[in-house]
Amino acid sequence: MKIELTRQKVHNEFAKKVELISGQNLFACYQCGNCTAGCPVAFAMEIGPHEVIRYTLLGLEEETLGVNTYWLCASCLQCTSRCPKGIDIARVMDALRMVVLRKKERKDHIQIPEFPEGFLEKVPQIAFVSGFRKFLS
Amino acid sequence: MDYLYFPGCTLYTKAKNFDQTARNCSLLLGFELKELKNWTCCGATFPLATDNIMALLPPSRILATAREEGTALTTLCAICFNVIKRTNRLIQGDVEKRDKINNFIEKNYQGDLQVLHYLEILKKDIGFPQLKEKVKKPLAGLKAAAYYGCMLLRPFEEMEFDDKEKPALFEEFLEALGAKAIEFPYKIECCGSFQSVGSPDVATECAYKILGSAIKNGAEAMVSTCPMCTFNIDHKQSDIKQKYLDFNPIPVFYFTQLLGVAMGLDYQTLGFDQNAVDPIPLLKEKGLL
Repeated sequence: MKIELTRQKVHNEFAKKVELISGQNLFACYQCGNCTAGCPVAFAMEIGPHEVIRYTLLGLEEETLGVNTYWLCASCLQCTSRCPKGIDIARVMDALRMVVLRKKERKDHIQIPEFPEGFLEKVPQIAFVSGFRKFLS
Repeated sequence: MDYLYFPGCTLYTKAKNFDQTARNCSLLLGFELKELKNWTCCGATFPLATDNIMALLPPSRILATAREEGTALTTLCAICFNVIKRTNRLIQGDVEKRDKINNFIEKNYQGDLQVLHYLEILKKDIGFPQLKEKVKKPLAGLKAAAYYGCMLLRPFEEMEFDDKEKPALFEEFLEALGAKAIEFPYKIECCGSFQSVGSPDVATECAYKILGSAIKNGAEAMVSTCPMCTFNIDHKQSDIKQKYLDFNPIPVFYFTQLLGVAMGLDYQTLGFDQNAVDPIPLLKEKGLL
């Protein structure tokens, strides 16, 4: 992927917003990749969590929000527990979800009417309650 | 002795077998789970966005109500345990948020409640050696994999449950019941959690890796502490079987169900009809029924 960097992009409001919501210092990240190595859902991610942090720092808002990485995060905190720089990466992933879900279009990530028949009866409440909190605007 | 107890939503419906077996076993072990009055859902996720105070209100209200009734609150579901304990820690340490929360829920809760998990009671208050003495039917010959998942352990500084990479409490519990606890590398990996709602295929894949790793290391059954994990690793085994034809399903127990077997409870009270993979053939094969 070819990325064009500009001064405006790098000194960006997007990273500041993510830092504010997550309460984390993204600049502490030195790209070791420990988070991605230990992530149980990394196999399905378009880019790893460490790359998401790098993209965010470079101000690539559209590219960052366009990948599936932060939607797939299950908040299991394996990355958080292993980050040598003490970044709570799960909070960063949640902050990215919030950036999208709090936009004025209020676009949900999952569509409840599209659930297959019988799905609601099968799945435990905790899955819905937590899933809706993570995926609905 | 009585323990104030928060069951949580799922233990009232899809995991009744978890709730009932825990209550029945506690009576045999000499304590009672006294249900908290007027409890609500805990919210099922600890809010990770630092400005999301709203999601802290349900667990805070539960804590404040519990404090009016006692000094400790016991949970069974690993997710409830995580959400309530983390909220308690936050209230203890963050004065500004504590005031905001108290203003909203019209309480004056200061974080002075102890949040416990049933397994901690068994280890610290009953003691595993004493538990071993009370076992009527040792689970001899049963090779079981203790599956911790995430919520019991992480973040370990806040949960203070066991070691973050190499926990052993759950295995010690199984050994006290007379079972053989199997070591497997995926015991602290995530089951996919709420992704079973967002990306079900991803959660199925996570469950397959965990089960496959346990089976490869000799497990005949899995043992869980969480209805969310149980949904992913038990109820999704039919999906796994469709995708991976050589996969052989294994039963998944709640730890209280195995405790019930070992304490000699009638198997018809153990709620095996709610388990997706029927555990009865395995228990019969081991001479435990």
